[in-house]
Amino acid sequence: MAGITIDRIKKTFGAATALAEISLEIADGEFLALLGPSGCGKTTLLRIIAGLETQTSGRVLIGERDVSALPPKERGLAMVFQNYAVFPHMTVYENVAFGLRMQKADETTIKREVERAASLLHIEPYLDRYPAKLSGGQRQRVAVARALAVRPAVLLMDEPLSNLDALLRLEMRSELKGVLQQSGTTTIYVTHDQTEAMGLADRIAVMHGGVIEQIGAPQTIYERPATKFVGGFVGSPPMNFIRMPVAGGRAALGGFSAPCPGAKSEIICGIRPEDMRIALGRSGLDFKVSVAEPLGSTLLLTGKVQDQLIRVAARPDSGLKAGDIVALEPEAQRIVWLDSETGRAVGA
Amino acid sequence: MSTKRFLYLTGVVTLIAWIVVPIYLIAIGAFSGRAGVFRWPKSLWPADASLQAMQVFMQIEGVWNAALNSVIVAALCMLFSVLLGAPAGYALARFSFKGQTAYRLLIVLTRAFPLAILALPLTVNFIRIGLYDTTLGVALVHTALALPFAALVSSSLFMGIPRELEEAAWVFGCSRFQAFVKVVLPLALPGLAATAIFAFVISWNEVFAAAVLTVRERTLTAYLLTVLSESPLHFRFAGGFILIVPSVLFIFAVRKYLFAMWGIANR
Repeated sequence: MAGITIDRIKKTFGAATALAEISLEIADGEFLALLGPSGCGKTTLLRIIAGLETQTSGRVLIGERDVSALPPKERGLAMVFQNYAVFPHMTVYENVAFGLRMQKADETTIKREVERAASLLHIEPYLDRYPAKLSGGQRQRVAVARALAVRPAVLLMDEPLSNLDALLRLEMRSELKGVLQQSGTTTIYVTHDQTEAMGLADRIAVMHGGVIEQIGAPQTIYERPATKFVGGFVGSPPMNFIRMPVAGGRAALGGFSAPCPGAKSEIICGIRPEDMRIALGRSGLDFKVSVAEPLGSTLLLTGKVQDQLIRVAARPDSGLKAGDIVALEPEAQRIVWLDSETGRAVGA
Repeated sequence: MSTKRFLYLTGVVTLIAWIVVPIYLIAIGAFSGRAGVFRWPKSLWPADASLQAMQVFMQIEGVWNAALNSVIVAALCMLFSVLLGAPAGYALARFSFKGQTAYRLLIVLTRAFPLAILALPLTVNFIRIGLYDTTLGVALVHTALALPFAALVSSSLFMGIPRELEEAAWVFGCSRFQAFVKVVLPLALPGLAATAIFAFVISWNEVFAAAVLTVRERTLTAYLLTVLSESPLHFRFAGGFILIVPSVLFIFAVRKYLFAMWGIANR
């Protein structure tokens, strides 16, 4: 068991900067998700922690030990790869035992640990099969079992569920969470899927363009995004951003007005689609519905407020349809005020 | 019988005939003695089949020595080609370095010079170094012929093995070399075996360099070329048969690996 400290890690490929001086603390036993779109540097960061990629500058500490210059095998970690990377020429048993064999563990220990890991991931029936005979989901389990068999101080996972179909992904996600909670392993989990990150992680670090935009608990990230990017990336449908003119400390648009922080003449009102009430007969933002999509649990409305595209999650029985014009009332406490130029949150 | 099946069978028969008929004709020539060689039409199984021609052939002075030389040269060529070609292929597959494309081209370019042009300078230099008329000398030239293929084939072989597998091995406690031995090599083995056989066959069949660079320590091909040009026809058939058999047997023996090459699942 060990915490991880990432100290001003920087990575450049020629002229391109993949990571711009990233610093991060991960507590012992914590589950951290690195979330971001492809090309944001999250996988590069993970590979630097694993030692598969060399940082341009900066240090990686695992449990107080500086591992920056060590090869992967001396860092005391395990990894689950996106394409599983299960060895095709070994049986499932030998795959799971691989790390232990490399540590020169004795045969009884190997047998005990392999069986423990296999039972955690429910792969006992396949132990003497070859990976070619397994389905994608089963291979994924083998890859996770192989990682857990060595009882690693740190577990790194690189989009481990992205090659599974939607239903299997959901099943594996909850199972993974259970298994990892039991083992209490410090885990860094790279994903571009925000529901995966929200569901699994203790904390999420949202990355964009080689920097960490925000780091915090899933609910904080969702409710109080620090930047416009975070609000737009986390949550489906994404947060709405409505530009409003400011006069005398109040932002006002149409029939809506609310006090706002900052002293600029324009501000962005960030509001989640489900945090807007439809105010029948009262004043609010004039919302013209252009598309209505019934999604079962909600009715997703897409339309415009003074030429700004927004989405609203209405009650499924609200009976609204394309062409309707209604007044919207954003819940004041749920609004995140963002600077209109930098896109960063202002005020509390 | 459906047309599709008929076409399929015709194709199979044609392909088999393509390979088997010439071998069969040579075999008949080798086993039916002086008269049989000139008889027409050929009988399917010669009535007067005898091992006489073969026996006489085997007793020609120097044949066994030449055969042994051939085996030594081919084995050395196979060894050198894999030992030098596989690392070159691995480097080409896994590392990006300046001038990689040029290097790739350069490898093929070594085959652009006809051996006939190189023969004289090679002979002179071999005499100077003391490699002339040795099996090692011939093996080195044959390696030069086989190496480009060995390097390029093994590079595509290694490219087909996902890098993630190696990285997984590193993470789980392997050094670079251990990962190569434990993970990459077993997966590449069938392909490397095919590369090795290819080098063996190239060397076994090569005659020009072997004839130019040796006087007494001839390989079988070079030896037969000089001896058989003065021999009766059925002896030539016997010699030809002896030349074919090892290649065929060798490929037959390792066919499992050749087929396994296509059956491997990488993930």
